[in-house]
Amino acid sequence: MTDWAAIKADFPVLKQTANGAPLVYLDSGNTSQKPQRVIDAMSNYYETINANVHRGSYDIAVKATDAIEGARQKVAAFINAPSSIEVVFTKNATEALNLVARSWGGANLGEGDAVVISEMEHHANIVPWHMLASEKGFELRWISVKDDGHLDLSNLDELLDGAKLLSITAMSNVLGTLNPIHRLAEAAHAHGALIAVDGSQYVPHLATDVQAMGADFLIFTGHKMLGPMGIGVLWAREEILEAMPPFLGGGEMILNVTKEGFTTNEVPWKFEAGTPMVAEAVGLAAAIDYLNEIGMDEVRKHEVELTAYALRTLKERHGDKITIHGPSEPAERGGVLSFVYDQVHPHDVAQVLDQKGICVRAGHHCAKPLLRTLGVPATSRVSLYIYNDESDIDLLAETLTEASDIFSF
Amino acid sequence: MPGLEDLYREIILDHYRSPRNRGELESPPAVKTEGFNPLCGDEIIVYIDVDDDGLITDIAIGGQGCSISQSSASMMSAAVKGQTVPYARRLIGAFKGLMSIHEGEIGGDGSEADMGIELSIDSGDTKLGDLEALKGVVKFPVRIKCATLGWNTLAQALDEASPIT
Ligand SMILES: Cc1ncc(COP(=O)(O)O)c(C=O)c1O
Repeated sequence: MTDWAAIKADFPVLKQTANGAPLVYLDSGNTSQKPQRVIDAMSNYYETINANVHRGSYDIAVKATDAIEGARQKVAAFINAPSSIEVVFTKNATEALNLVARSWGGANLGEGDAVVISEMEHHANIVPWHMLASEKGFELRWISVKDDGHLDLSNLDELLDGAKLLSITAMSNVLGTLNPIHRLAEAAHAHGALIAVDGSQYVPHLATDVQAMGADFLIFTGHKMLGPMGIGVLWAREEILEAMPPFLGGGEMILNVTKEGFTTNEVPWKFEAGTPMVAEAVGLAAAIDYLNEIGMDEVRKHEVELTAYALRTLKERHGDKITIHGPSEPAERGGVLSFVYDQVHPHDVAQVLDQKGICVRAGHHCAKPLLRTLGVPATSRVSLYIYNDESDIDLLAETLTEASDIFSF
Repeated sequence: MPGLEDLYREIILDHYRSPRNRGELESPPAVKTEGFNPLCGDEIIVYIDVDDDGLITDIAIGGQGCSISQSSASMMSAAVKGQTVPYARRLIGAFKGLMSIHEGEIGGDGSEADMGIELSIDSGDTKLGDLEALKGVVKFPVRIKCATLGWNTLAQALDEASPIT
């Protein structure tokens, strides 16, 4: 049994007050808070072993190199990757998706080709494809989203026909929908396409196994999983990485440079030009240790329970005044709840909640095509993590009433 | 700490609930411009008819957004309808002053004389006084963009209708 109150106490940010009230952080889908252990690991790195990596022969340089390579192994184990050389560190998920588009897409896509994405993608998995498509002239195809928040897979075979890549989120950052990645991977492979999985919202919350998923690429971002901002991950199967041209050029990514040209370093360093984010890798490794100690199954169980509680409480308290988007069944979704409340604009909802120290996100959540499909210009979004509890939901449900008091027509 | 009553003044809520000059004008002849707030997705569409004498004979506001962006655009439409383009430009400058001069009290002394126009004076049937209610927005810096969205969109429309030569 996990002591969730003790977990909450590990997060220094949550001990402060905001606008006179204790901070209630319900925006982990945006970025997560950091446990003391992650903060300590990063300052300890700077206090004891800071040195540039892969190029110093002295003691602390070796230790710093071990630190980033140790973090790479930890990440690989966390997603059950066959080998840690398949783990590329990037700045964030956005950079990792751009790396896939520029490097893999640049070499493999042209006129007559197609890339399939879905209407529930984050802009980070849309715009890189728009940018590349306008240069290369391939077609971008869209899997639609149904009213119940699930993907419409009825025409999947048609969409995948002639496609070279399916790039899709494992979990929607707006609806919380968990997508059937294994099934999508099989379908993509049956059509000779690869599958890139945006795990930004999934990896922090559910046990992840790239081999069981059948993924070819997995992308995620450290700051949403208790780690620091400034580090993201691209995992891809080794032979895919081997065949891909480099992304950014510079130091670290080369074996040799002459006046005539250069030869690239081995994977994954081929994709890591310049001085990497060592402290951030150390922080991410500490975050993974922390999550592993709780156990990802426990994390998921906690979030399913809390999501069920939130769905129930908000409905009981506010009835028809609240519309919650996404799957109604907690087991089919993550702890991300987008809602529209009593015709109060989400920005105003967020303002009223902020007055009580409740942090939620209002807007289009970097998913404008999805919001257009849902037929709403904006939503308020609550997103849960391990430090949230029922009292956070109770306070949210209670404070929403104030928004209705101010804005009732 | 500023309270919600500083932000959601009654007159603001009134304009939000019953927006003035809401709708569309046929374009052309009306000039139509769109403004977006990428932070929250608010959209404002401004339509204006400007006659040969540089008079704003009609204005309509479309789009969607939060109480602050919508009420500010509504008040703006009431304040510039029937006025001249140069007057509307001065008013835009004054309104932006109202939105930022108080922000951390940097630049100017914050007095209305500073803004080149007196916001509190009623002139004719335009109600400049209402705009004062938006002063509270400066205490909520993230909302300033909401309040100025319509005004920036109007500025674009004026530039199209009557380019500064
Ligand atoms: C599904 C999804 N993909 C990608 C991203 C981009 O993450 P980052 O901003 O860390 O690059 C996010 C985060 O907002 C997300 O929710």
